[in-house]
Amino acid sequence: MDELRELYQEVILDHGKHPRNFKSIEDATSKAHGNNPLCGDQLTIYIKLSDDGLIQDIAFTGRGCAISMASASMLTELAIGKTESRMNEIFTAFHEMCIGSGNSIELDEELEKLQVLSGVREFPTRVKCATLSWHTLIAALSGDIEVTTE
Amino acid sequence: MQSVSDIKENTEPLDFNKIREDFPIFRQSMNGSPLVFLDSAASAQKPQQVIDTIREVYENEYANVHRGLYKISELLTHRYEGVRDIICNYINAANSHEIIFTRNATESINLIANSFGRSFLKKGDEIVITELEHHANIVPWQLLREEKGIVIKVAPINDIGDVIMSEFEKILGPRTKLVAVSHMSNVLGTVLPVVEITKMAHSVGAKVLIDGCQSVTHIPVDVKEIGCDFFVFSGHKLYGPSGVGVLYGREDLLEKMPPYMGGGDMISSVTFEKSTWANFPHKFEAGTPAIVQVIGLGAAIEYINSIGLKQISIHENNLLEYATPKLLNIDGLRLIGKSINKASVLSFTLDFAHPHDIATIIDRSGVAVRAGHHCAQPLMERMDIPATVRASIGMYNDYNDIDSLIEAINVVHEIFN
Repeated sequence: MDELRELYQEVILDHGKHPRNFKSIEDATSKAHGNNPLCGDQLTIYIKLSDDGLIQDIAFTGRGCAISMASASMLTELAIGKTESRMNEIFTAFHEMCIGSGNSIELDEELEKLQVLSGVREFPTRVKCATLSWHTLIAALSGDIEVTTE
Repeated sequence: MQSVSDIKENTEPLDFNKIREDFPIFRQSMNGSPLVFLDSAASAQKPQQVIDTIREVYENEYANVHRGLYKISELLTHRYEGVRDIICNYINAANSHEIIFTRNATESINLIANSFGRSFLKKGDEIVITELEHHANIVPWQLLREEKGIVIKVAPINDIGDVIMSEFEKILGPRTKLVAVSHMSNVLGTVLPVVEITKMAHSVGAKVLIDGCQSVTHIPVDVKEIGCDFFVFSGHKLYGPSGVGVLYGREDLLEKMPPYMGGGDMISSVTFEKSTWANFPHKFEAGTPAIVQVIGLGAAIEYINSIGLKQISIHENNLLEYATPKLLNIDGLRLIGKSINKASVLSFTLDFAHPHDIATIIDRSGVAVRAGHHCAQPLMERMDIPATVRASIGMYNDYNDIDSLIEAINVVHEIFN
């Protein structure tokens, strides 16, 4: 039960029920579609990059479990104003945290919010739920339009 | 060995505790609680009798079949071939040589698509399926469509999960060459009126394939009464091992159908210029088969016969009737599949939690259910849901398992609300 409470913290349930930036962006400079064929979770991430390569606006649409919705929602909040290379760095740290090799991973203050998703460590089958939006974001930033977690 | 009529006559009440003891997996606990296994529709647990049979064959009797000129090969060949008789009786086929061993029901359907479909269907011919089909009864026809230009027509279902028979009838026509439908939906539990479907299909000259993966474990199957041309199922859902499936086909069709795969064991003679085929069933069984798995499947069916499928069916229906109102009593629960002709499957969604979150949470109470699209994405689309939680009942489940499920769903409620 404790592990479940750890996984389904208030913040996650809140983001899951009321995802932030849950919309499409019509003049997006890039977008990508993420698919987890195993469970059917689907989402699309829209990004608007400024001329100097900063994420000016980001949003997502799709459907999935509380973990995948919350992760996507928190990702969009965090990404605004950041560069592609910074997002890649954050993804590496986030991924390590999710798969549990991350006890030693220090997420800096800016990324502390993502710590609430670390509960997936205890649930290996749910790691893909937390990382689907991140894989999709990285795909969108590198110009791919389709990504799957398989 | 029991025949179908024996099974129907057996009215001994089910000795539930004895059955439970026959399945060694239930001796363990899961996350500190007894294992509550409600995922038999995906794959069923195995009784000791099946496990022992497999072990004993490997320990005492193992050799390749069909070619050894020594005693243990002859004995095992006899035992392996004898499983055709067991299956023939179990589904009441006319002849044992109409029983073909495959890897699973998926391979059985692919065999029909590749052998029957490629040889006898041509551009513009129509195959009729339904909206509730498993991907295994959709994708092989799409592959055939790409190659041959056949047309796939889909018979709709209504909101409670029954095939709309008037619509089904309208879809049939002179171009319909094959009707391929589930006997029982793996998501909704709906049992389709396969006798009526077969009659209608035959009246327009179409052949009929029934996917019996779910039905063979719950309903006495009689392929002669159904009248179908093909019937397929997997061994692992029938309390037998994985790696073996069955294709029943009518003799006159099997006779005409070309081999599906080439190799050893399926030939009559081979030269570099030309080879000739063995007769069916061996024509369709290239290579060394899943020998021990086939024998294990035979043991599984004999185990089911010793209890009586009718008794199993009554027991499972009692559980279904016990569980349904309890589930409907839960706030925000939507039962997916409400046909009055349904068996052993309870699919649902909760309006406050996604099926994957539900499955994760109830797993922590030791309750194993399946969450997802259940290889039926078009059906999910039809029901306008991304996924369901599915609790499916096997012969070893009891009222306590249902109570554990309900309690576990209450934990989901606590966490999410």
